[in-house]
Amino acid sequence: MPSKLAISYQHVTKSFGPLKAVDDLSLDIAEGEFVAIVGGSGSGKTTLLRLANRLIEVDGGIITIEGENVQSVDPVALRRRIGYVFQSGGLFPHLSVADNIGITPKLLGEPAADIAARVDELLGLVQLDRNAHRSRLPEALSGGQRQRVGVARALAARPRIVLMDEPFGALDPLTRDALGDDYRSLHRKLGLTTVMITHDMTEAILLADRIAVMRSGKLLAQGTPAELSNSSDAYVLELLRTPRRQVERLNALLPQSGAA
Amino acid sequence: MSLFSDPRWGEALAHLPDYLGNHVRVSLAALALGLAVSLPLAILTRNRPAPRAILLAIASIVQTVPGLALLALFYPLLLLAASVTLAWFGVSFSAFGFLPAMLALALYSMLPVLRNGITGLNGIDPALIEAAKGVGMTARQSLVMVELPLALPVMMAGIRTAAVWVIGTATLSTPIGQTSLGNYIFAGLQTQNWVFVLFGCFASALLALAVDQLLGLIEGGLHRRSRARTALGAAGIAALVAATLVPTVGRSSQGYVVGAKTFAEQYVLSALLRDRLQAAGLPATARSGLGSSVIFGALKAGDIDLYVDYSGTLWANQLHRTDIKPRAELLTDLKTSLAKDNITLLGELGFENAYALVLPKKRAEALGIRTIADLAAHASTMSIAGDYEFFSRPEWAALQKAYGLSFRAQRQMQPDFMYAAVASGEVDVIAGYTSDGLIAKYDLVALDDPRHAIPPYDAILLLAPKRAGDERLQAALRPLLGKIDIATMREANLRASGNDANSSPDAVAKWLWGKVGER
Repeated sequence: MPSKLAISYQHVTKSFGPLKAVDDLSLDIAEGEFVAIVGGSGSGKTTLLRLANRLIEVDGGIITIEGENVQSVDPVALRRRIGYVFQSGGLFPHLSVADNIGITPKLLGEPAADIAARVDELLGLVQLDRNAHRSRLPEALSGGQRQRVGVARALAARPRIVLMDEPFGALDPLTRDALGDDYRSLHRKLGLTTVMITHDMTEAILLADRIAVMRSGKLLAQGTPAELSNSSDAYVLELLRTPRRQVERLNALLPQSGAA
Repeated sequence: MSLFSDPRWGEALAHLPDYLGNHVRVSLAALALGLAVSLPLAILTRNRPAPRAILLAIASIVQTVPGLALLALFYPLLLLAASVTLAWFGVSFSAFGFLPAMLALALYSMLPVLRNGITGLNGIDPALIEAAKGVGMTARQSLVMVELPLALPVMMAGIRTAAVWVIGTATLSTPIGQTSLGNYIFAGLQTQNWVFVLFGCFASALLALAVDQLLGLIEGGLHRRSRARTALGAAGIAALVAATLVPTVGRSSQGYVVGAKTFAEQYVLSALLRDRLQAAGLPATARSGLGSSVIFGALKAGDIDLYVDYSGTLWANQLHRTDIKPRAELLTDLKTSLAKDNITLLGELGFENAYALVLPKKRAEALGIRTIADLAAHASTMSIAGDYEFFSRPEWAALQKAYGLSFRAQRQMQPDFMYAAVASGEVDVIAGYTSDGLIAKYDLVALDDPRHAIPPYDAILLLAPKRAGDERLQAALRPLLGKIDIATMREANLRASGNDANSSPDAVAKWLWGKVGER
């Protein structure tokens, strides 16, 4: 029995002048799924994500969120109920960590005491020290800490859907790995639906249930990593070959040891 | 005598509460008005390049208008507006002093506020505006919670620049009747009182620095989210405003306001008139340093109650007459014309302050020049200097026509510097004033005008329409009529041009009354 749809794109198009950023694209994302959208720069993957919470408006086709056509929902209310993690954080530099995290509940008019409690809970969830970080400004945080705050902010208003725009792209490999794993367990624990954009196939394979590959505004293929490897599309196969080749070379170069 | 033991410092200090209070009030009101207009405009046009460009162009053009001219322009503009509201709605307002000064200064403050406001708002990382939208902010919330706080440092820098400009430029509002620290500077320059000039400059510079620092404190407080700093800065500004309000609360009605134009003779005469009224038990203050185009309108509108003007000046500038009549006839005509506006020409003081062509006595003798007719033969090799209005006045045209005068070069000069310039030979001839004490001091000679090209310039006492039937006022002034002859006035003016404690207008006015009162 297929579960309910969290997000559904139906024949969606979006152009910027002569450029077709999204070209007659259809894609369904079920509740609880973790979907990665993979593609090179200019493939239209960021546009696709922003269409979902109406940061960008569609030209044609229909997008539904939890069954509702997004065009019939107030865009501000829509954005408040969808978590959004920005590339490199998007934290407000003049607001403390706690004020950044609590911003959406505050916009929704929740009581200050509730927000404070929620902020502490979220700091715990994203594994930041409450007392050390709560009142800091973003400039006093490391890149990884900033992105953890970005995730906490996206989760603050208890959304069921989270959109992530290359959230871990700018981080060093160790931080990136740890943060990816931590988010993956949050996704499962909170029962979220997550759509993550990445240009890194390895990251997509490691984190997502399902991968959608975009190129020139079109969906080339979608499925689990195993399903994708059966694709007949040369670009998709090329994308999958890269991580595999990296693994082989790493295995050849690094002595196998049981030290880990 | 040491610079600091000079009693004029004390005199300057005595004026400080009044001058500083008015200066702060007009500056802060102008700044507040400027901000109230500019900030919304900056916000409204931040995403609209075309209106933004037009707005900035207008603000830049306003900035290129010299402060003095901008202030002076607002006076006739408001006079016109006041007459329109009077005709249409039956209400009028004073176009004098505070209102034109505040409006002109507010306009002056707009460019830095607009430019920095727009720069600050446009300089925000677009990713942050996107993030504001993404977390669910409306456009208004994004503006208030994200864009304005982030633009604040740049905006505050603009506000601070505007504050310094406005406080500095406010010193130029004296000629349109707004009391300010500029009163020290204008009076000081006219009466060669350098203590006053220095005092006015330092006071306005200190005020500008203080306000800039207080605004800096607020800016730092807002930036570092320190309520204490913000509150301290705001409290400082509030204290400044409160302190300047104290003297006005204590001071009741000003009583009679004696106007004076921007030269030493006028400062002395207004002090004399004020003293006479006070001696008669009438409360009176002097409002000096008024522009010569402003002062007549101010009298007509009742913003000042009395002042001394010169018959020839009114003849040309107010009645727009170019013909020249004998002295007595001109006065009779003038009196009749002024009466139509309900202005009382109370009488003549007894001396004339006419334009005269002046050159060093020795040079005149060497060249055999005694009259303007003699001068005409040498004029083509000579240069002439006059005050700022002389060469555009009908007298100059009349002189040129009557004597066929044509000089090699003509220059405009600050009146106080003309006499020294002609004495040192920097210019050959000046258009000086017959009552000026410097003619004797520098051993100069005023040439005769046998063809009567220059009209008579009798000093006359004018009363505002609302004082037409004021018998006590007129009785207090009558003892002065016909009592001040040209020699006495020249000596008074010479005294006023000195640079010591006895040369202040108040001191000279007392000396003058000592001479006149005996008669």
